[in-house]
Amino acid sequence: MTLEADCPLKMYEEHHDLADYQSGVPRWCSGCGDNAILTAMQRLCRDHNLRPEKTAFISGIGCSSRLPHYMRAYGFHSIHGRALPVAEGVKMARPDLDVFVVTGDGDCCSIGSAHWIHALRYNMNLTVVLHDNHVYGLTKKQASPTSPRGLKSNTTPRGAYLEALNPLTVTLGVQNVSFVAQAVDWIPETLYDILDAAFRHRGLSFVRVIQRCSEFLPKLFDPWLRDPQKVQLLTHEGALKPSAGLAAVYKNQLDHDPADMNRAREIASLEDPIPVGILYRNPDVPCYEDLRLSDKVRNAETIRAGLEAEFDRFTVWPGGKRTQRGRAQGGNADDANGSDG
Amino acid sequence: MNDMTILKPQGGAKGPGRQAVKLAEAIIEIVSDSGEGAQRCGQSLGSIAAKMGNGVWTVEIIPAEIQPPARSVAGASGNRVRIGSRPVSNGGDEADLVVAFNEQVLLGRVNAGELKPGCIILLESMWRDDSDAAVARSYVGTYERLVKAGYRVHEIPMERECLRLVADARRGKNMFALGMLCSIYSLDRQLAREQIAIAFAKKDAKVVKTNTDLFEAGWTWAADNLEFRFAIPAVKAKEPQLVINGNTALALGVLASGMEICAMYPITPATSVSHYLSEVFERVGGVIHQAEDEIAACTFAIGASYAGKCAVTVTSGPGFSLKQEAIGLAVMAEIPLVVINVQRGGPSTGQPTKGEQGDLLTAIYGSHGDAPKVVLAPSTIEDCFYSVITARRIAELFNMVVVVLSDANLATGQQPFLRPQFSADWLAAPVDQSALPKDAKPYDWDAVTGLARRFVPGQPGGMHTLTGLAHDRDSHVAYDPKSNEDGLRSRSLKLAALQKTLKLPKLFGEESGDLLVIGWGSTRGAIEEGVERLRAEGHKVSSLQLQFLQPMASGLKEVMQRFRKVMTVECNWSDNPADQLINEDNRRYSALATMLRARYLVDVDCWTEVRGRPIKPGVVAEALRARLRALT
Ligand SMILES: Cc1ncc(C[n+]2csc(CCOP(=O)(O)OP(=O)(O)O)c2C)c(N)n1
Ligand code: SF4
Repeated sequence: MTLEADCPLKMYEEHHDLADYQSGVPRWCSGCGDNAILTAMQRLCRDHNLRPEKTAFISGIGCSSRLPHYMRAYGFHSIHGRALPVAEGVKMARPDLDVFVVTGDGDCCSIGSAHWIHALRYNMNLTVVLHDNHVYGLTKKQASPTSPRGLKSNTTPRGAYLEALNPLTVTLGVQNVSFVAQAVDWIPETLYDILDAAFRHRGLSFVRVIQRCSEFLPKLFDPWLRDPQKVQLLTHEGALKPSAGLAAVYKNQLDHDPADMNRAREIASLEDPIPVGILYRNPDVPCYEDLRLSDKVRNAETIRAGLEAEFDRFTVWPGGKRTQRGRAQGGNADDANGSDG
Repeated sequence: MNDMTILKPQGGAKGPGRQAVKLAEAIIEIVSDSGEGAQRCGQSLGSIAAKMGNGVWTVEIIPAEIQPPARSVAGASGNRVRIGSRPVSNGGDEADLVVAFNEQVLLGRVNAGELKPGCIILLESMWRDDSDAAVARSYVGTYERLVKAGYRVHEIPMERECLRLVADARRGKNMFALGMLCSIYSLDRQLAREQIAIAFAKKDAKVVKTNTDLFEAGWTWAADNLEFRFAIPAVKAKEPQLVINGNTALALGVLASGMEICAMYPITPATSVSHYLSEVFERVGGVIHQAEDEIAACTFAIGASYAGKCAVTVTSGPGFSLKQEAIGLAVMAEIPLVVINVQRGGPSTGQPTKGEQGDLLTAIYGSHGDAPKVVLAPSTIEDCFYSVITARRIAELFNMVVVVLSDANLATGQQPFLRPQFSADWLAAPVDQSALPKDAKPYDWDAVTGLARRFVPGQPGGMHTLTGLAHDRDSHVAYDPKSNEDGLRSRSLKLAALQKTLKLPKLFGEESGDLLVIGWGSTRGAIEEGVERLRAEGHKVSSLQLQFLQPMASGLKEVMQRFRKVMTVECNWSDNPADQLINEDNRRYSALATMLRARYLVDVDCWTEVRGRPIKPGVVAEALRARLRALT
């Protein structure tokens, strides 16, 4: 358990156990990888002793986006594709909250793809988990942008036509990206460790979790499950450090410094073996909310003063008193008089 | 400050017969190629007159393109300024005087029917000697035709006069023109100098000096060479007045409402709201977020509202369409949200710079399913300011989406109004972080009002997951018939609860009569002026400008029943009954008429005009006369 022992107030804070973060009975199919992500998430909250009322889970629409309902915290199950901008609004209004984003491959990489790119650029302090099951689950088996070429689905009965989009290379191509990792639902230890690192990172941490859809693509990941060599663990001092037990099974390991963007991009392109670990981490990218939020006191008096100052600019006083300062207001007009008057 | 009834000319008064003619009002236009500064000239003229205590309304004349070809009929850029002794509520009918920097932009205005017969035209004369023979021919031809048509055209060597002071007369001719206009209309010379300093406050002192010199040159030239001179006596207000346009008023309303976050994506004609906010919002700790698109802007605002700080998103037609799904989410999850839609011509990209009232039904019925929301429409510049404060308050009291419908005419129209007195009641309450009782439910809908207390993240004991899916009182996804009906009913009842608090606006005119005209939004000025003219002719006509379009205040039906005929005047499409195929089986009524007919079962007629320009009072008056004729 990690207590923030440097804050004396927190010493008296109540402790939470797993049950404090659980709500309802998940309605996912048995064997669905979402269950593993939920469990890891609840453990993470417990281990960081997050206050449920100060924690918010924001999701879009999809099987995966139901996750907030199963957390005992504040949740917002919004609309398809828009979890990221909703979460950005929450964070901007309330930087004191811990905000998690739950999204699927259709939600994030298709309908919400514009928001995805821009969220990376904003780099707000959010923990984003992409449940990538390579298919549309909720709407019953249509091809998703991450479906492998040739995948048979209800909209691609003769096989998906296009190469799959790779969320790792996409994210690593966006300016301001600050944290990119990949996990798989069937290795709970690294899943947890990666979520933990993501949560600790200040900035937008993007975690793609390869998630099994037991209902529609039950066999898709069998080769990787059967052969641990097809998973390459990315290890590094200060990044991921597999336990002895795990290391004994997953022997295919690569020491990778997450500060190395070029190497991260190479690794991201690997398809076989698939990389699992932290690909990229840069704690120095500024967060949008830090750039935008002022530490000015904001109360009735400051608002009044600000407003009166603006009124002054546009006021016509009776009896000859005239505006001290003032300026033309913005119209849709263009104008001359630029340089030489 | 000078007493404006002093009619003696103040400039070098050499011209013959220089007594100023007293006018009740004047409509002045100044047009140029875009980039030549006619807009700044017009805005400055309006500000000076307003500061003198005149009634003023300004209308921007905007070409659709950023850089239309020079000397083109479609490229006219500038301003119309209507100055009156009394308060002015609209841009008026045809212009009395036009300053034009070339004959082509002038033709744009002539062809659009914007000039009064015999209108005075002050025309740049340099084109007569243009080295391009085609240009010179075009100029001379146009000049002669205009003179023949009875316009009083004065050729003015603006370029030549400006070149005495600046190397590039394209930059600065506007201030020369301002000088002429101030001299012609006997405006306060010192106030004008101050206005120039304000207009160029961002530039250095040299720029201010040059422009002041150009202004003085224009003043002197007009005083020495033009034989006409007017004065529009002003009554100076006893209270301080704000002189701003509708978009600035909306932005100040955002500031005054205590809202902290505004999310937007640039779109004409709403953008200047965010330009202005970008400049001032941060000074009071606000954030304006330019999102990647309107969907993101709206959902960002929803996220902020959900987290406890009611937010606003500002947009125009196409952006409003994009926001509809998100608006439905806010309705369903009962998150307060203010959506400002500065309407423009539609559908699709439509007429970006032109005003239209085409979004009323989208605002009321938009988003799929039953999505009740509040819709209100400011009808004056002052209203623009207060409507945002009202909208924020309603949004938070009722946990509803409130749509504020402004339009391009209000956006750029300037009109003085009483400087508001700040009230702490305008502001939002601090975010509620108090612990909730153990059995509290996030959607504990009141059986009568449909209202439920909103839980805000951070409140101990209030943890729940909000959802856009149908849900029960615990905010659990619920598809059972009872929960679905409960939710629909409660969300709808909130409108009724709000409706009980609304008061019908005052009638303009008598309480009963032959014809009642109902309008909403920016058409107020033109409607009331049209009605006023008809009343002066002895007709029994009154008008009513609705502020709340959804819900509507009680008493409207009773008012309608006191008139022989009821009609709306709107700036949106309605079929013309005179068209061959149109009859009562297929006639599409205007938006408000459709609403009124459906709600009150009253045979409400409509007259509408959607010509991409503000409706003129004279045109309204004529339309009303026609309806009255049909009555007898
Ligand atoms: C605007 C809109 N379009 C389409 C849908 C239908 N829809 C719901 S979820 C979904 C895709 C789900 O796939 P994914 O995001 O991968 O999540 P999963 O269910 O696989 O977890 C779609 C197309 C919707 N809800 N809203
Ligand atoms: S359909 Fe697939 S993704 Fe959805 S719950 Fe079932 S297994 Fe999980």
